[in-house]
Amino acid sequence: MPAVSKGDGMRGLAVFISDIRNCKSKEAEIKRINKELANIRSKFKGDKALDGYSKKKYVCKLLFIFLLGHDIDFGHMEAVNLLSSNKYTEKQIGYLFISVLVNSNSELIRLINNAIKNDLASRNPTFMCLALHCIANVGSREMAEAFAGEIPRILVAGDTMDSVKQSAALCLLRLYKTSPDLVLMGEWTSRVVHLLNDQHMGVVTAAISLITCLSQKNPDEFKTCVSLAVSRLSRIVSSASTDLQDYTYYFVPAPWLSCKLLRLLQCYPPPEDGAVKGRLVECLETILNKAQEPPKSKKVQHSNAKNAILFEAISLIIHYDSEPNLLVRACNQLGQFLQHRETNLRYLALESMCTLASSEFSHEAVKTHIETVINALKTERDVSVRQRAADLLYAMCDRSNAKQIVAEMLSYLENADYSIREEMVLKVAILAEKYAVDYSWYVDTILNLIRIAGDYVSEEVWYRVIQIVINRDDVQGYAAKTVFEALQAPACHENMVKVGGYILGEFGNLIAGDPRSSPLIQFNLLHSKFHLCSVPTRALLLSAYIKFINLFPETKPTIQEVLRSDSQIRNSDVELQQRAVEYLKLSSIASTDVLATVLEEMPPFPERESSILAKLKKKKGPGAVSVSELEDGKREGGELNGGGERGSDPSAIAASNASTPSPSADLLGLRSAAPIGSAAPSAGSLLVDVFSEAGPAAPSSGANDDNFLSSAPSSSSLGSEDPAPPLPESDELLNKFVCKNNGVLFENQLLQIGIKSEYRQNLGRMYLFYGNKTSVQFTKPVEPLVEGGAQVQQVINIECLTDFSEAPLLNIKFRYGGALQNITLKLPVTINKFFQPTEMASQDFFQRWKQLSLPQQEAQKIFKANNAMDTEVLKAKLLGLGSALLENVDPNPENFVCAGVIQTKAQQVGCLLRLEPNAQAQMYRLTLRSSKDSVSKRLCELLAEQF
Amino acid sequence: MIKAILIFNNHGKPRLIRFYQYFAEDMQQQIIRETFHLVSKRDDNVCNFLEGGSLIGGSDYKLIYRHYATLYFVFCVDSSESELGILDLIQVFVETLDKCFENVCELDLIFHMDKVHYILQEVVMGGMVLETNMNEIVAQVELQTRMEKSEGGLSAAPARAVSAVKNMNLPEIPRNINIGDINIKVPNLSPF
Repeated sequence: MPAVSKGDGMRGLAVFISDIRNCKSKEAEIKRINKELANIRSKFKGDKALDGYSKKKYVCKLLFIFLLGHDIDFGHMEAVNLLSSNKYTEKQIGYLFISVLVNSNSELIRLINNAIKNDLASRNPTFMCLALHCIANVGSREMAEAFAGEIPRILVAGDTMDSVKQSAALCLLRLYKTSPDLVLMGEWTSRVVHLLNDQHMGVVTAAISLITCLSQKNPDEFKTCVSLAVSRLSRIVSSASTDLQDYTYYFVPAPWLSCKLLRLLQCYPPPEDGAVKGRLVECLETILNKAQEPPKSKKVQHSNAKNAILFEAISLIIHYDSEPNLLVRACNQLGQFLQHRETNLRYLALESMCTLASSEFSHEAVKTHIETVINALKTERDVSVRQRAADLLYAMCDRSNAKQIVAEMLSYLENADYSIREEMVLKVAILAEKYAVDYSWYVDTILNLIRIAGDYVSEEVWYRVIQIVINRDDVQGYAAKTVFEALQAPACHENMVKVGGYILGEFGNLIAGDPRSSPLIQFNLLHSKFHLCSVPTRALLLSAYIKFINLFPETKPTIQEVLRSDSQIRNSDVELQQRAVEYLKLSSIASTDVLATVLEEMPPFPERESSILAKLKKKKGPGAVSVSELEDGKREGGELNGGGERGSDPSAIAASNASTPSPSADLLGLRSAAPIGSAAPSAGSLLVDVFSEAGPAAPSSGANDDNFLSSAPSSSSLGSEDPAPPLPESDELLNKFVCKNNGVLFENQLLQIGIKSEYRQNLGRMYLFYGNKTSVQFTKPVEPLVEGGAQVQQVINIECLTDFSEAPLLNIKFRYGGALQNITLKLPVTINKFFQPTEMASQDFFQRWKQLSLPQQEAQKIFKANNAMDTEVLKAKLLGLGSALLENVDPNPENFVCAGVIQTKAQQVGCLLRLEPNAQAQMYRLTLRSSKDSVSKRLCELLAEQF
Repeated sequence: MIKAILIFNNHGKPRLIRFYQYFAEDMQQQIIRETFHLVSKRDDNVCNFLEGGSLIGGSDYKLIYRHYATLYFVFCVDSSESELGILDLIQVFVETLDKCFENVCELDLIFHMDKVHYILQEVVMGGMVLETNMNEIVAQVELQTRMEKSEGGLSAAPARAVSAVKNMNLPEIPRNINIGDINIKVPNLSPF
């Protein structure tokens, strides 16, 4: 007999479902549903009290209608009423409705909480499970507040039924995930860890998810779980397939639990205790051995379960990365899977090998499979598998096989799926650059890339090839020749025209000796593409033409005529028109000398992180880029002007040094941790940041003509030594200025730095005063000198482009006596400086507060008071913060609420703040809600240090 | 963590949806449509994993699915879950349904949506796996049924309604869709 009784249903429900299924059209279905909704609504609103059975039936109908994709905006109250029914089935459907349809912000939570409280106290295990399920499924903060204290007790109590324990463990996990601050494990820690030893495997299964999550957050407190997990694993692995009875799945003992245990161990380094480690290695070896044994069943479920454990074991081996023997065995095992007939195994093997490739012990072993992987890329029928193969090729690439891999990836690109083309292009471009020994190969590769997949070649890729060609004179002639040939194709991609225009404009002279590529032929070739191109490309070509006039005076008449034509000089596009007019004038007025100076060859670009790599990282997240790659990136990143963090934290403050007349203009190398984003005409970093996304437009746009034409800006004056890392106390110094704008930022025996600043909307101005406290002059690299006892002033203009959390860095270098002083501080610019206060009435405040109720919009901290809790001081601080302090809003007069709007160039972010002091406990609770999660988080961090 | 469990048929009609992370209703429907679109165009002999699509998750998420006769069972999970483990879990869930409904078919899921939810609740709770032992799950479901019965089974009429529907000749939905049973006589179980 079936476990579910099919008979005891609800007649009305079955009839309704049949009706729906008999509807011939969508319209008929909607009509039937609307009729039913109206019926249910009138029943719920009617005077006659409904009995439990009817409520249950209607709630069930609503669930069915919801499943069909219709919004359900009533019935919640009836569902809540069902929770307090004494009948199990009614309670059950009530809880189901709430789990499916009530989200964590519902106003009903309080009522639901009451019902849950009663069920938890009922000591009826079935009711308790229902209640725990509901908490785990809704998981709101209010629930956490109500039950976070109670559930650990249920979990570890000796008399709790196993099924309740299981539910309690997962319930606690869910609450921990939503509100980690409310779930205090403290005293329960060791008892929770010991659940790994529980008799009942179901309890272990549930508990291990909880322990894994807690271990990730507090590895030290939970580290005793390692030895327990190893011994549990060892017992499972060595057991005969019949020992675990019900937990044996197709002859594999407890596969799910084994996987979870192996995952838990991946939260920790290899065990230090020799005995534990020995036992674990033994387990891993057994698992690897079992893979070679003949299968105990032909069913796919058997091999599936077995391999699930095997893959987790391999992940653990890779995670430890310390047992060469096991690593090589793992690699061989994966090698076998690469050719397995199961697609799933091929997919997973490729995925695991990707991580294996980054280990130095196994990199070589992985490389031996290159042919198989290339073959997979070419012949797999499944795009998911092909994508994994491409990832693996990328990960296993090194100097020895780069040419082969890049060639294979290029040829795959011709018929790759559209969804992965852009990523493939980035990867090819990175590999070509990273492993280029011979730069003509690099140029060929990139030009091929543009030819094959021009649409998917992002700006970064073609900027980069130009950057590299300009920096390496050995490849310039070759590049000019190749690009000239490429342009001869009847149809070539616009990106090719861009590269061609730039390179021929710079290095066309290197191939002009050959009569087949004489200056005029070069020009005509470029100009033949002109009319097919977009405006930015045309602008770039115009600049190339003026460079031609400089390089080859004989082309001057032809080009001048082109510039003079109506389609240029009267072009409706302002940018093109301006260029045509200016270039025409320049070519006719300026002498050859002037022209030659203005159009001098581009200076080499400073070495910097490849912007392509940054883009790939951003696209895929760190997971996709192998570890060594990331480290490479960081090393390079350290060199460059504030670009290191760009991929991960695009904080964006634009600070431009606007005080050229001030004597201190060159006193400092002012470096911002953020990319320098606004157009800063004289800033040394302009050239560098041509390639950043936030930076001023690409060489093809007008904003930076001077960059395109002029010679090197004076970025070298920033000094050759790297700036020092920020002082350890710089965070503390920064915190002093969160609620005030003026004061002394830094002082040591030599130097005092004072600050005055003012902010309006998203703009700010900061005056820095550098006082020499000694009687001796500060000398170079300071320019000019700062006399003993004197003070110089510097002005910085600030614009907030978007919200940010890292403060810009201020690097100061000078010589005192013979010693170079190198100090880096955090400039006290914090996001709250851009607050505009907003006054609002109590009602408005709460309405907005409720609107910002997504969990990520809120940031909360509970912390101990550092200073005396003086109301007046608190008020002054909150006013200094910049938002409006609202009186008579909070029902509790002890509490403070504030409101304001953060003004950035990109957007405005509304913020609401509530500070609840608890004088007795000397604690505060601070809650921030804003329309942007990063802002809530940052403000909360900043403010928590203030009280 | 399991972010969502979706069951829909070959035409994309949802038969059970369960989200363990909050999405607004219209978003839920969009996710179902996108997922169906992604999954349904794949052959039966390609792998059972694919990247999560644009709506749910991003690169950390995968769709892991199985196709049984007329139904797709799709689990959307993050990288903390073992792919093969989840495949096994889907099998456990389906075998449990089969045991509870005796030769489960799509109609059972339609007419007993609530029961299917209750069975799922014994397997997955708040996005985490509660129990993988089928006998234990079935025992819990039986316990529920006994309690239901003791509260006074209602008329058997709906059962007749169901069988009447099952015997109707509905062209668009294949009848008697055998999902295969525990001892896997599996005529219709996909070759994976």
